[in-house]
Amino acid sequence: MHTLKYSAASFFKYLTLILGALMALIPIAVVFFASLKTNEEYASTGPLTLPENWLNFSNYTKAFVDGNMLLGFMNTMFIVLISIAGATLTGSMMAYILARFKFRGSKLLMGAFLLATLIPGVTTQVATFQIINSLELFNTRWAPILMYLGTDIIAVYIFMQFLDSISESLDESAMLDGASYWTIYWRIILPLLSPAIVTVIIVKGVNIYNDFYTPFLYMPKSSLQVVSTALFKFKGPYGSQWEVICAAIMIAIIPTLIAFVSLQKYIYNGFAQGSVK
Amino acid sequence: MPKLSNMSYKNQRILIIFLFSLVPVALLLTFSYLPVVKMFQYSFTSWNGLSKNMEYIGFDNYRTIFTKPEYFAVFKVSLYYFLATFVQMGLALYFATILSFNVRMKNWFKGILFFPTLLNGVAIGFIFLFFFKPEGTLNTLLDLAGLGAWQQKWLLNPHLINISLAFASVWRYMGMNFIIFLGAISSIGGDIYEASEIDGANRWHQFRHIIIPSIKRILQLNLILAVSGAIGVFEIPYVMTGGSNGSGTFVIQTVDVAFKYSKMGLASAMAVVLLGIVIVVTIVQRVLIKEEK
Repeated sequence: MHTLKYSAASFFKYLTLILGALMALIPIAVVFFASLKTNEEYASTGPLTLPENWLNFSNYTKAFVDGNMLLGFMNTMFIVLISIAGATLTGSMMAYILARFKFRGSKLLMGAFLLATLIPGVTTQVATFQIINSLELFNTRWAPILMYLGTDIIAVYIFMQFLDSISESLDESAMLDGASYWTIYWRIILPLLSPAIVTVIIVKGVNIYNDFYTPFLYMPKSSLQVVSTALFKFKGPYGSQWEVICAAIMIAIIPTLIAFVSLQKYIYNGFAQGSVK
Repeated sequence: MPKLSNMSYKNQRILIIFLFSLVPVALLLTFSYLPVVKMFQYSFTSWNGLSKNMEYIGFDNYRTIFTKPEYFAVFKVSLYYFLATFVQMGLALYFATILSFNVRMKNWFKGILFFPTLLNGVAIGFIFLFFFKPEGTLNTLLDLAGLGAWQQKWLLNPHLINISLAFASVWRYMGMNFIIFLGAISSIGGDIYEASEIDGANRWHQFRHIIIPSIKRILQLNLILAVSGAIGVFEIPYVMTGGSNGSGTFVIQTVDVAFKYSKMGLASAMAVVLLGIVIVVTIVQRVLIKEEK
């Protein structure tokens, strides 16, 4: 009796897991199938029908060339790299002085950073747009870069949390050796922060790669398209060629898949830490 | 240039505090606080975003928002996303709990359930346009299961559109809750389960009396994020439907008013209202959580 009950529970457990996994995979899998079909094949078969030729990459070539995806990847790469480097530097510097020095106004400063997380970015776009405009940054790659640095302050938190676990006696013994504060930051703190830096790279990298709104609003110029906006452009003109849109979707997904498979462990840790402020 | 190490620690301290906070604070002020101030200022004008002079019109914009029902009707749409969040968190909690114990192919399930969260928002929008198309995945699946009569125009029927979009939103964000809950549950020591098993606790008892209490704080935090998330929904409906067929959210409406109809003043007032709601909700929740402790 006990074993029967036990195996029924076990059956239910695996059934729900498999259903959950199918629910996660089927929407992507059908897009993958469609991306490998020819135009006639797409029109005559249902979405669940497997493609006839698994090596038909013509839609991919078409999507990549017509959608100018290479440009999208280059622009995304540029923005991601500079934003991450900037967020790592400014975030760790800010976290270093907030965590290590008590000075007049340090409480206020910390409060200012905390309060800023309460302001949802989407609500202030109307005014942010005017600020970007008056800085003459509209339609430049610096607009999103500065906004990723200035509004997404998550890096400061991740570093501050991590700094709490780095003993201050390290700083003190370095000071006995006559090290300057800059040396302490650059040679001791920053290297010790590397696990937190990995978290920042992953969380920020994924967020920026996936962000659509900021580039869409601030860089409408087609030579500045990023992966998201390049993909969005397929919406109108390719309405009748879903097999090409599907290939474009896969092109945008593949880098994420590669990053996920190769960095799995860091990604899990990064998101578990990075999203709980 | 004077060498830093020759300076006294006191002077170094002042210098480094100044230099290290200069850029972060400038960025914080310019892109987090200045917009809020500006937004308040614009909200009392009839500015179109281009002309040099702004005309102050007092509370007219606010009066428009609160007296014309069409501006507030869109908050109804947020309810769909808000309710969907409970489904999302329930699923995440369920999968996180069962994957915390012994399961075959655990890492595969974990990876597959989490992966959608990492995907590009536009890609997800397109994936679900494909999913909900009249000849799309969902209707084909229903047909295959012998439920052909249940087929619907998921994105064209105004009664279903928000449910369909909220479903896509659950698909997108469930993995994030899941991985956070999984991390929280895994920090519970194994000996607690063992001790409870000796006392005759079954899985349900363990879930109810060990897992839930130890991740309560994280559950609450995620709930706070869920409310402001539901109010600020933008990407999925914007990419998929552009806000048509009654799927427009408050943010889509604000963006349209600002950038399509060039009514910066009115849009700013809408954004102020939205910001006010989000802040009130967040503060109320934080206070409630603090009181409970």
